[in-house]
Amino acid sequence: MDKVSTIEGRAIPLGLKNIDTDVIIPAHWLKTITREGLGKGAFETIRAVPGNPFDVEDFAAAPILIAGDNFGCGSSREHAAWAMLDMGLRAVIAPSFSDIFSGNAFKNGILAVALPQDQVDRLLAVAQTDPIAIDLEAQTVTTPFQDRFTFEIDAFRKRCLIEGLDEVGLTLARDTAISDFETRVAGQKPWLVPRT
Amino acid sequence: MASKPRTLYEKIWDAHVVERREDGTCLLYIDRHLVHEVTSPQAFEALRIAGRGVRRPDLTLAVPDHNLPTTARIAPDGSRLPIADEQSAAQLDALEANAPAAGIRYIDAVAPEQGIVHVVGPEQGFSLPGTTIVCGDSHTAAHGGIGALAFGIGTSEVEHVLATQTLQLRPAKTMEIRVEGELGSGVTPKDLILHIIGVIGTGGGTGHVIEYRGAVFERMSVEGRLTVCNMSIEGGARAGLIAPDDIVFDYLEGRPMSPQGAEWDAAVAYWRGLRTDEGAAFDRSVTIDGAAIAPTVSWGTSPEDVAPISGHVPSPDSFADPSKRDAVRKSLAYMGLEPGSPLDGIAIENVFIGSCTNSRIEDLRAAAAVLKGRRKADGVRWAIVVPGSGLVKRQAEAEGLDRIFTQAGFEWREPGCSACLAMNPDKVPPGERCASTSNRNFVGRQGPGARTHLVSPAMAAAAAVAGHLTDVRNIAG
Repeated sequence: MDKVSTIEGRAIPLGLKNIDTDVIIPAHWLKTITREGLGKGAFETIRAVPGNPFDVEDFAAAPILIAGDNFGCGSSREHAAWAMLDMGLRAVIAPSFSDIFSGNAFKNGILAVALPQDQVDRLLAVAQTDPIAIDLEAQTVTTPFQDRFTFEIDAFRKRCLIEGLDEVGLTLARDTAISDFETRVAGQKPWLVPRT
Repeated sequence: MASKPRTLYEKIWDAHVVERREDGTCLLYIDRHLVHEVTSPQAFEALRIAGRGVRRPDLTLAVPDHNLPTTARIAPDGSRLPIADEQSAAQLDALEANAPAAGIRYIDAVAPEQGIVHVVGPEQGFSLPGTTIVCGDSHTAAHGGIGALAFGIGTSEVEHVLATQTLQLRPAKTMEIRVEGELGSGVTPKDLILHIIGVIGTGGGTGHVIEYRGAVFERMSVEGRLTVCNMSIEGGARAGLIAPDDIVFDYLEGRPMSPQGAEWDAAVAYWRGLRTDEGAAFDRSVTIDGAAIAPTVSWGTSPEDVAPISGHVPSPDSFADPSKRDAVRKSLAYMGLEPGSPLDGIAIENVFIGSCTNSRIEDLRAAAAVLKGRRKADGVRWAIVVPGSGLVKRQAEAEGLDRIFTQAGFEWREPGCSACLAMNPDKVPPGERCASTSNRNFVGRQGPGARTHLVSPAMAAAAAVAGHLTDVRNIAG
């Protein structure tokens, strides 16, 4: 995973609530066996409507998306995160995120920043004309107008993002603990191994 | 000293903690991993690139379901028919190569046991009470119906589980949904869960694991429990579960992968302890009167957009939250519905009976009971039944249900996810409406521009006969 520290630039003021992962990337894009190239299908149904925020030239290379409550609900498809990365997004700001999406975003180095609705509303207004900056180390979102909002992030996730850690590698280093657990459980619950 | 009373979720969680870090994150052991063709190729590829293997292939089961066409898979000469869509075929080929190469048990596309992962798991006795079950699919929550802690994961987590048989997770908050009383006649587990999502909202369970409790669930069949838990994710909860009991044990005994003999007895003895302790606290509790629930349908593009069939399409102005008003306005425009119109009477052109929510034998029996001796209305252009597995299909055929469906004008298909997510050729055309037993009415879910109304199997059958959404209680009998 690439290291994440600060993300600064224009933010697409989408603002809708309950954006589901079928909207982020429709199912017909999921027939791929790679992670690349999904950006062209990202938010397909929204982008099909003329005048949508993704079409505004100022937001062409925007690294940030601002959305409403419960962003990323629905399907567990990580293709949603891959599609967003492929279109250049590095962070999403919303009042809340679905549990599965926030995990998928983290695994791909996309910051899912949860802020209260009034602060999101303020950022939606700023985003129309000005850039926004996210500082992961300081856990802040700032604007050129002295707005400074702080956000919470899991300490482990923060460290993984800042240091670009490989989570599978970290867990593989706990191999002895996992093996000990397996040995203990095999003694207590031998029926846990499926019959062949 | 007496230990602190714990919820069912906490008991299963505690039994799977390999390590707990100071910040509360746990390394959680995974007992069962289901793998399908759509969310796994990138995980296997990442393992190959990193030179990593699969830790416990014996705890993993692979079966294709999402992408498979539901038309015939075997030619009259016995040969296997190719998949026309090149990308779909490549995805299937990848699973067929990846699973056996890693030593993972693989149920192939033409095996009699093939089906939707969430139907196959319990049916094979692979899914067991008290286990942790994951799959790269959000409807993994279904397996909570047999008393497992089961939840959907992304592809990076699929990779993590393949490599380590664990996940790094923080414990969820707990939510109790208690339904007392008795469901009325014609009211099914699907109506109940649609109603529940309407009450808590699509983000209501975010960050929580739901335990469904109360008399209604204690009397419910395993199939019904799987339906309820399946849609927990539509209420925002990554997992939902119901305490296992004799109904579950009777269902699982003798299944191909279930424990046998002395191991079975030991397992059942353990499972009997999997109940929420008296006095255990939930972070949130919701109580619902089962008797007050009617057959329920969705009218919008979020699973929280539901109403009793006797109700009307709501006006956007009836919602207090301005962003919800805006969302409802957009939903109704997409759905082509006018505020105030009765739900009973909305014409439909398509009917889909299937999906991991409602494709088990009881679901097919319920739909067939309505369709017996009847035919779909002329306005219903396309009606299909997609059994959840090859074994469900065979059972239904043994009971003569397939003939009831075909005589009613339905197509009788091969098992798979089908029109629930329209990845395969089964799609609802743009602008057309579908009475669907699936789980999501999102924009474009059943095909670009498709308009989905979520219903129970009996209500889908009633809609097919009437040609419009209608109350099954006025048709049946």
